[in-house]
Amino acid sequence: MLSHEQIFEKVRTALVDALGVDEDEVTPNATMVGDLGAESIDFLDIVFRLEKAFDIKIPRGELFPEDILNNAEYLNDGKVTPAGIEQLKKRMPFADLSKFEANPVVQDFVLVLTVQDLVRYVESKLNQGKVPAG
Amino acid sequence: MRWFWIDRYTEFVSGQHATAIKNVSLAEDHLHDHFPGAPVMPNSLVLEGMAQAAGLLVAQKNDFRFEVVLAKVAKVEFHFLARPGDMLVYKAKIEDAKEGGAFTSVTSHVEGRLQAEAEIFFAHLERGEGREAMFDPETIINWLRAVRMFEVGRDADGKPLQIPNLAADAGISPVAGGNGQP
Repeated sequence: MLSHEQIFEKVRTALVDALGVDEDEVTPNATMVGDLGAESIDFLDIVFRLEKAFDIKIPRGELFPEDILNNAEYLNDGKVTPAGIEQLKKRMPFADLSKFEANPVVQDFVLVLTVQDLVRYVESKLNQGKVPAG
Repeated sequence: MRWFWIDRYTEFVSGQHATAIKNVSLAEDHLHDHFPGAPVMPNSLVLEGMAQAAGLLVAQKNDFRFEVVLAKVAKVEFHFLARPGDMLVYKAKIEDAKEGGAFTSVTSHVEGRLQAEAEIFFAHLERGEGREAMFDPETIINWLRAVRMFEVGRDADGKPLQIPNLAADAGISPVAGGNGQP
């Protein structure tokens, strides 16, 4: 079983390769878009690299629930409604949404995801694999 | 005029890998200025050829249902410059593919020497989606004919690839031919 540090190392390698950033820039609290300069297409690249590095499958929308953010039901005046926040929390238990919740402007959502969130996401995927089916 | 940077495929295995060649010629106008007395193929055009070799492979894998666009060159390295008289051999491989796009690796060799290597991502865009289509089906079929894809193309079982009936899907008049022969 991979330790938290080993998972972080592999995530860091994936981000260094995908984003062309230096290793020391990839800190747990660095945000993907704001600090590391990830653009939307980079997320596809990152998903491919994480799948390969950890032998996991990452379904579309799991790491980044675009379906919720595009759903008028959960939006009001450019902000995510409390019901939408609930959905996001349910779908993204690995992410810390507290800052976003304070001022949930949809367009700022991309600024939320951090390296630490990715590491926690991978951890949750690896743990899922170990739960016996049924 | 289309922007053709591969001359022909010599191998094309659906969904897996393909080999294409590009012959560099002093008859290409742009080499006269790049550079006077010392013509070299711009590396950007080598990369374009590598992307075309891989991009058509990705498009065919999905039966041309999506428009395939070059989304990102994650890595590219050039080891020496290609000159007139060189034959560049591009080998493209689909490393991974999913709904949203594909991840390919491509190399360029001249006489067995590694000239360039790249990791290239392609994104799949749905046709339509409130924008002008970038390629019409006939253009793609003609392009594939021009680079002789239907002469060498095989599916995973080794059976020849057929010319797809994209015209029917797009509601335009059908493309002539259909038996894969020029």
